[in-house]
Amino acid sequence: MGALIRLASLLVLIGAWQTAALEAHSRLLPTPLAVMSFIAQEAARGDLAHNIGITLLRVAISFAIAMVLGIVLGVALGRSKATDLTLDTPLLVLLNTPALVITVLAYVWVGLTETAAILAVVLNKLPNVAVIVREGARNLDPGLDEMARAYRLDYRTWVQDVLIPQLQPYVVTAARSGLSLAWKIVLVVELLGRPDGVGFAINYYFVQSTDVAAIIGYSLVFMAVMIGIDVLLLQRLEAHVRRWR
Amino acid sequence: MSAAGAESVLHVAIDSKWYRPRGGEPVEAVRDLAFSIRAGEIVCLIGPSGAGKTTTLRILLGLDTAFEGRVAGAEQAGIVFQEPRLLPWRSVEHNVRLGLPRERRGRDLDGLFGRLGLMAWRGSYPKALSLGMQRRVALARALADAPRVLVLDEPFVSLDDTAAAELRSLVVDTVDQTDMSVLMVTHNVAEAIEIADRLLLVSRRPASLIADVPLARPRRTRDRAWAEATRSALAADYPDIIAL
Repeated sequence: MGALIRLASLLVLIGAWQTAALEAHSRLLPTPLAVMSFIAQEAARGDLAHNIGITLLRVAISFAIAMVLGIVLGVALGRSKATDLTLDTPLLVLLNTPALVITVLAYVWVGLTETAAILAVVLNKLPNVAVIVREGARNLDPGLDEMARAYRLDYRTWVQDVLIPQLQPYVVTAARSGLSLAWKIVLVVELLGRPDGVGFAINYYFVQSTDVAAIIGYSLVFMAVMIGIDVLLLQRLEAHVRRWR
Repeated sequence: MSAAGAESVLHVAIDSKWYRPRGGEPVEAVRDLAFSIRAGEIVCLIGPSGAGKTTTLRILLGLDTAFEGRVAGAEQAGIVFQEPRLLPWRSVEHNVRLGLPRERRGRDLDGLFGRLGLMAWRGSYPKALSLGMQRRVALARALADAPRVLVLDEPFVSLDDTAAAELRSLVVDTVDQTDMSVLMVTHNVAEAIEIADRLLLVSRRPASLIADVPLARPRRTRDRAWAEATRSALAADYPDIIAL
């Protein structure tokens, strides 16, 4: 039933798009079919796979770095009051600096390089992960901590059996919200200073020819890939970490 | 079991313990509370609620070090808290094995699981078990490393009579079969009279020892009449702590 409603909603959406496009009869609002045919051509040329592959790689690398650093930072912030007080203000500044500013500054200071691009995405995403994980580290069950101390659990066992399972729901939440954030920022970073990737392609078709079919086409394909990753990977991971509930 | 002269396995001497809540008046929780427990002995610590019994347990387990005095012998203690405090994300088996130090964690525990009637539940998550069964798992965890002393903090509260009686007899059987000692905090006087070798009566705040009452009659020969007579005698001597 749920799937049926979802499908109906999707069909209505496409229908409305088709109607509007026919009505407007403009290059600036292409029909769904025009977008599909662009995707087919771009795929045949090999550009589609190349650009999406590059962008995915950037998302993956920066996502991984931001998650690892963000989790470590978040645990440190949640467990130590001194660390929290020291780093709370810089974190707040970073959290409220526009993604665009961080990106431009990274390119200005590091240069128009791959490192600068990855750095920009990591700096944009890291504070979100840290703040979510900090919440988890603050909410550790004091009763279980007391049990761990009374039973003199060694550090490794405490991390594996007591700490990580309590952080998992927060980490998965951070990963899911972080992934969508990361790929949106990667596109901006590519648009501003990379010679390839989905962000570059969208910029190229915009500046060259205002080819809206190309812009929507790229956006649709990449969105589908990211939703696929969320459903196939992250949602399953979430179900896995909640299995004992 | 409480053979005179048996070696003392747990020694507690708390001179004083203060709580200093921020922005509040300091409260003295414990004053001059000293006792020892011998091998193979079941000792119940009885007192009004809020009397600092749990504070005393936390101190002797090393969970609270801000006190004046000395404790010795609790390093190898197994503990059962008031709530089971199991890891809900780990199986029953895994939870019980956490009672063992890492290097012995793989050892054979079939005997323990069998004795506590937990064989069928080894692979379950704690959520699937009733409170009584969860308490059994907590008891199994406490017993896993064959401790010399078992410390129990009101372990039978909010259980129905049958479940409480079963769990109690599991503890008593373990004491009878091994030379383990038990220190149990409770406010259930009837329960204490049923199983204890000795009662330690503790006053209201600040908690200090009022009486050390041996119950010489062997556990197996205790009956209702004896229990009621004992209780009446205690209530006459210590009306503040033991009601009729």
